[in-house]
Amino acid sequence: MTLGFTTIYWRDMIRFVRFKTLLVSSLLQPALWLAFFGIAMSSSFDTLMAGMPVPPGAHSVGYLTFMGAGIIAMTTLFTSLFGGIVILFDKNWGLMREILASPMNRNHIIFGIGLSGVTKSFIQAVIIMVFGILIGAAFFAGFSPVEIIVGVAGVLAFVGMFALGFLFLSAAIAISMESPEGLQGVTTLLTMPIFFASNALYPIDAFPEILKILSVYNPMTLLITGIRYFVIGPDFIALGKHYQYTQSDILTSYLGLMLFTAFMFGLAWWRFKKAVVT
Amino acid sequence: MPETQHNHREIIINVENLEHSYGNFKAVDGISFSVKKGEIFSFLGPNGAGKSTAINILITLLAKQKGDATVAGYDVTKDPQKVRESIGIVFQDITLDRDMTVWEILEFHGRLYNMPPEQRRKRIEELLDLVELGAKRNERTKNLSGGMKRRLEIARGLMTRPKVLFLDEPTIGLDPQTRMRMWDYIKGVNNEGTTIFLTTHYMDEADQLSDRISIIDQGKIVISGTSWELKNTLGRDLIYLETNDNNAAIRLLQDLPSVRDVKPKRKGFVLMVNEDGTKVLPVVIDVLRNAGIETLTINLKKPSMDDVFVFYTGKELRDEPSGKIPMRPGGR
Ligand SMILES: Nc1ncnc2c1ncn2[C@@H]1O[C@H](COP(=O)(O)OP(=O)(O)OP(=O)(O)O)[C@@H](O)[C@H]1O
Ligand SMILES: [Mg+2]
Repeated sequence: MTLGFTTIYWRDMIRFVRFKTLLVSSLLQPALWLAFFGIAMSSSFDTLMAGMPVPPGAHSVGYLTFMGAGIIAMTTLFTSLFGGIVILFDKNWGLMREILASPMNRNHIIFGIGLSGVTKSFIQAVIIMVFGILIGAAFFAGFSPVEIIVGVAGVLAFVGMFALGFLFLSAAIAISMESPEGLQGVTTLLTMPIFFASNALYPIDAFPEILKILSVYNPMTLLITGIRYFVIGPDFIALGKHYQYTQSDILTSYLGLMLFTAFMFGLAWWRFKKAVVT
Repeated sequence: MPETQHNHREIIINVENLEHSYGNFKAVDGISFSVKKGEIFSFLGPNGAGKSTAINILITLLAKQKGDATVAGYDVTKDPQKVRESIGIVFQDITLDRDMTVWEILEFHGRLYNMPPEQRRKRIEELLDLVELGAKRNERTKNLSGGMKRRLEIARGLMTRPKVLFLDEPTIGLDPQTRMRMWDYIKGVNNEGTTIFLTTHYMDEADQLSDRISIIDQGKIVISGTSWELKNTLGRDLIYLETNDNNAAIRLLQDLPSVRDVKPKRKGFVLMVNEDGTKVLPVVIDVLRNAGIETLTINLKKPSMDDVFVFYTGKELRDEPSGKIPMRPGGR
C-alpha cells in the first residue's frame, strides 16, 4: 500500500498528456506571459531606470530578469491552485467513488495529485527558464556550470514545495465543492491577493505597512525570494532597489514554505477523511 | 478447497435497523437482514426503494447515520479500511474515465487494490476474454457502446476476488444474451467463494441468480426468503378471473377454504389458492354459476417473481404509477 500514490500519479499523467489542448496551453501560457508582458514591461521600466546610479560591487539586472522569476512563481501558483480541479471532475463524474471505495489510503490520493501537479510545475519552470534565457533574461548570468546545476535544483526545490502546498489547498477545496464554477470562483478570489501582495512584479517596500507585513509572510514572496536567489544571485539591483539575500534568509524562506505546505496537507487530509461521495 | 463448500451458517453481512435520511426524507427506513458466506443475495425493489443508499453505506461511501452494519466481520463506521479491503463493487452508474483505455481502466483498478503485477496482467487478459473486449483493449472508453462499458465495469468489479462483491443493478442496459452470460460469470465468481450482494429490479435476475431475496420498497424490507419461499407465500397457484360482477364474485369466493387471499385487479381479480389450482378451478366455476355470475376470462398459473413483486410492493412492472410515489426532499 505504501506506493499507492504512484497509481494516482500514473493516471493523472496519462490524462495530462492525453488532453492535448490542456497540455499545449499549459506549456505555452508561461512562455507567452514572459514574451508579451515581460518584453513590453521591461522596455519601459528599463528606460526609466537607465539613469539610476549603481552602487559599486552590486550588479544591476534588467526588468525581464527580475520579473522572469515572478513569472515562474505566478505560473506555479495558477497551475497548482487549479490542480485540484481533477479531483472535482473525478467526483462529479463518479470516478472518485471507485477510488474512495478501494482500500487505498486516502492520503495517497492527495500525494498522487500533489506529485503530478509538481511534475507539471517543474516542466513549466524549466520552459520559462530556457525561454527566458532565449529572449534575453540574464538567468544564471556569470554562473559556473556547477552553480547553474545548483541554481536549477534550488529553483525546483522551491517550486516543488510551493506547488505541493497549493495543490493540497486546491485538493481540499475541490473535495469540499460541488461544482467547477465554485472552485474557479474560490481560486480566482485567492490568486489575486496572493499574486499582487507579493514581490513578483515590483518590490514590496513601497507597499502600505499592513500590505507589507502580509507580503512578507505570503508564500508567494517566500517562493520568489528563493527563485531570485537561485537564478540571479545573492546580491543584485533591480528597479533601483538593492537586494541582498543571505543563506539563512533563503533557509528561512524554505522553512516557511514547508510549514505552509505541512499545514495545507493537514487541511486536505482532514477534508478527505470526511469526504462523502455518492 | 474447503472454502467452496458453502458454509451457510457463517454470516458475512449483518445489518440491523439501518436508517438513512437525506434531509428529512427517509430513504432507508430501519432495515435488518443478514447475508451468509457464499450466498448470492438480492435486493429486489422499484426505483427509489433505497437499494443504492443501503449499498453506499455498506461500501463505506456514505456515512452511517443510524443502526448497525458489519461487512466481513468489520463495522462500516469503526473499521472502514478493513471493510474496503474485503469488498468489490460495480456501481449502478457508469464510472469509467472517458479518456482512459479499456486496458488502463483494469490496470488502474488492479493497482488501486494493490494486486501484484503478474496476477494483475493475467487477470486482465482473462477478463478481457470473458467480456469479449480483447479487440478493444486500446480503445478509450468514450468510444465504447453502452453495453461494452457495462461489460467493462463488470470486468473491473471482478478484477479482485473480494470476500463480498456488491453489484448495483449490474446488467442494466445489456442485451439478453449478454445478461445471461453475465449471470454465468457472476455464478462462477460466486462458486470460487465470493459472496455476492446484488440489487436489481429485474425479476428474472433475482429469481435465477440469487439464493435469497429481500424485497425492498420505500426504504423498508417487505419480505425476505428464497425465491421458492417468496412464491409460496402467494399460495400454490394463482387463478385470474374476470366476471360481469367482480365484487360479488370476490365476496363469494374469498370464503372458500382453499382460497388464501384475493387481490383485486383493474378488470378482474386474482385468487391465491393453497391447493392444486386444477382441483380448485371446477369448484370456483360452480360457485359462480350457482350465483348467476357470468365468467368472462379464466387463467391459471403458478406464482412468478413478478406476482410476488407486485403483491408486496403494490407496483406493477416497470413502475407504473401506484399512488404511492415517495416524497422527494425539496427543490432539486
Ligand atoms: N444524494 C441524495 N440526496 C437526496 N435524496 C437522495 C439522494 N440519493 C438518493 N436520494 C433519494 O433516496 C431515495 C432512494 O434512492 P436510492 O438511490 O437508494 O434508490 P434505489 O433503490 O437505488 O433506486 P434505483 O432502482 O432507481 O437505483 C430516492 O427517493 C432518492 O430520490
Ligand atoms: Mg440504485
